[in-house]
Amino acid sequence: MMEGKVWKFGDDIDTDIILPGRYLIYTDEERLSQHCMEGLDSEFPNKVDNGDFIVAGKNFGCGSSREHAPIAIKGCGIRAVIAESFARIFYRNSTNVGLTLIEAPGISQYVKEGDKIQIDMDTGVIIAGENRIEFKKLPPFMMGILEEGGLINYLKKNPNIEPQ
Amino acid sequence: MTKAEKILAKASKKDKVEAGDIIIADIDIAMTHDLTGPLAVESFEKIGTGKVWDPSKIVIPFDHQVPADSLDSANNHILMREFVRSQKIENFYDVKQGVCHQILPELGHVLPGTVIVGADSHTCTHGALGAFATGIGSTDMAMVFATGKLWFKVPETIRFNITGELASNVSAKDVILHILGETGADGATYKACEYAGETVEKMSISDRMVLSNMAIEMGGKTGMVESDEKTYQYLEGRVKGGKSTINRLKAEQKRFITDLESPSLEIRDIDVDELEPLLSCPHNVDNVKPASEVDVEIDQVFLGSCTNGRIEDLRDAARILKGETIADSTRMLVIPASRETYMKALDEGLIKIFVEAGALVSAPCCGPCLGGHTGIIGPGETSLSTSNRNFKGRQGSPEGEVYLCSAKVAAKSAIEGRISVPEL
Repeated sequence: MMEGKVWKFGDDIDTDIILPGRYLIYTDEERLSQHCMEGLDSEFPNKVDNGDFIVAGKNFGCGSSREHAPIAIKGCGIRAVIAESFARIFYRNSTNVGLTLIEAPGISQYVKEGDKIQIDMDTGVIIAGENRIEFKKLPPFMMGILEEGGLINYLKKNPNIEPQ
Repeated sequence: MTKAEKILAKASKKDKVEAGDIIIADIDIAMTHDLTGPLAVESFEKIGTGKVWDPSKIVIPFDHQVPADSLDSANNHILMREFVRSQKIENFYDVKQGVCHQILPELGHVLPGTVIVGADSHTCTHGALGAFATGIGSTDMAMVFATGKLWFKVPETIRFNITGELASNVSAKDVILHILGETGADGATYKACEYAGETVEKMSISDRMVLSNMAIEMGGKTGMVESDEKTYQYLEGRVKGGKSTINRLKAEQKRFITDLESPSLEIRDIDVDELEPLLSCPHNVDNVKPASEVDVEIDQVFLGSCTNGRIEDLRDAARILKGETIADSTRMLVIPASRETYMKALDEGLIKIFVEAGALVSAPCCGPCLGGHTGIIGPGETSLSTSNRNFKGRQGSPEGEVYLCSAKVAAKSAIEGRISVPEL
């Protein structure tokens, strides 16, 4: 069970907001994370506590294919992003770098900024105060990648994977 | 099957695939550039296979931070040049060549019926020549470098059946902005987009590339057009193997045509007879309005990018700018998308027209499109741009605003100093 505080964002949060293009010259997690969400709130990395969550609306991560975006989010301590829906490339990239994404339609209406919520990945349930929001559990293959901190580490331990 | 299904079936050595299937496809071309390349190389080195799967199938152009504008970008360039050298990458295009999505087709790397992945979201552009082309991240690219394969979920397809005649002040850009406005920023997520119909058949390859380029702005996995005589004419003199390659492609053309009764296909009819010049307004690409209804002063005009930096765009703009002067309150930046485009523009006298009108002309690169290099806008400034994204902060300050338009609207607006529609 993961527990943390919520940082809330709206619909269509694009990768230019998550990590503006001028920082793509960096590749290290620490420098990238200092600019996470700078498009909306330049103080965001300083406010986040390790293990917090982002809760957002639809189409989170739309736009560029920059893997720097999920690296920045993970680097500033965000444990998981829960959104109504995600953009396709961002979804793949996040899993590949070990950032947990949870697609939970309707989540925005149940939580507000600063709420403490709990997430049970094993049962696929988010507990937000009185509310229990169910989500589709991730397949074991993806859970394995996330537990190893990303695809590259996972491959080292499981060299003969095939997609399921 | 749809075109996307047929290409992915071939690439995964299956007779049949259907939307929703997870397949492993052989990759024909893998592209990464100076900004997404360093992360891909770092990940590739962690995998530890040593050598890339096929140095003849990897394309590496430098286009985002060219020439290097900081020590960090210079270091990225050095890292990538070293990767190219040590891996014997055959298709390396250093700072002189142009924007990746323009030079891949120009230099013959894009063939109908192939699978192309690029560590850049606008890789979907190459669908204009009938390829299945899609953007991926750097770790996925590292996997491709190591194995030559990648897993895909076979997408459903939305086919936009476009009919009607475009008015003289309307462009392919307006067609795709119209489609985006109707579809929404996530309306095609996980889906392949296909553009068909009499209007698309009449379009040049450049115009088709405009449509394909912006499929990602509605979440699309790729944006494809059926290959035809125009495609093969474009490929002549560009592809390896010359005539015999073209003849082979022609012979297998029918193999990849979408079956209109495919269960995973949705057809949407779009009529462009009444279409007028459009704008995508801040801060979302699907916030589309008629340009005639928006009266905004502009600080900077950018003509260029993988969406509208081609010779046809420069011609459209030069026709309007010839003998005119750009407004004192407005600066205009013209960046041809490639060396080939730049040379043609020089030969045709277009560059002189731009400079005489008061525009700055730069060497081919991505320019201000993603706010990381030249032409960054400051707080409170407004940019009118022929590129593909207007997200908050995309071209610099988050307090700046970006409007997207065609080359025609960009040129007319530069003269007026405010958003303006060229006459018919």
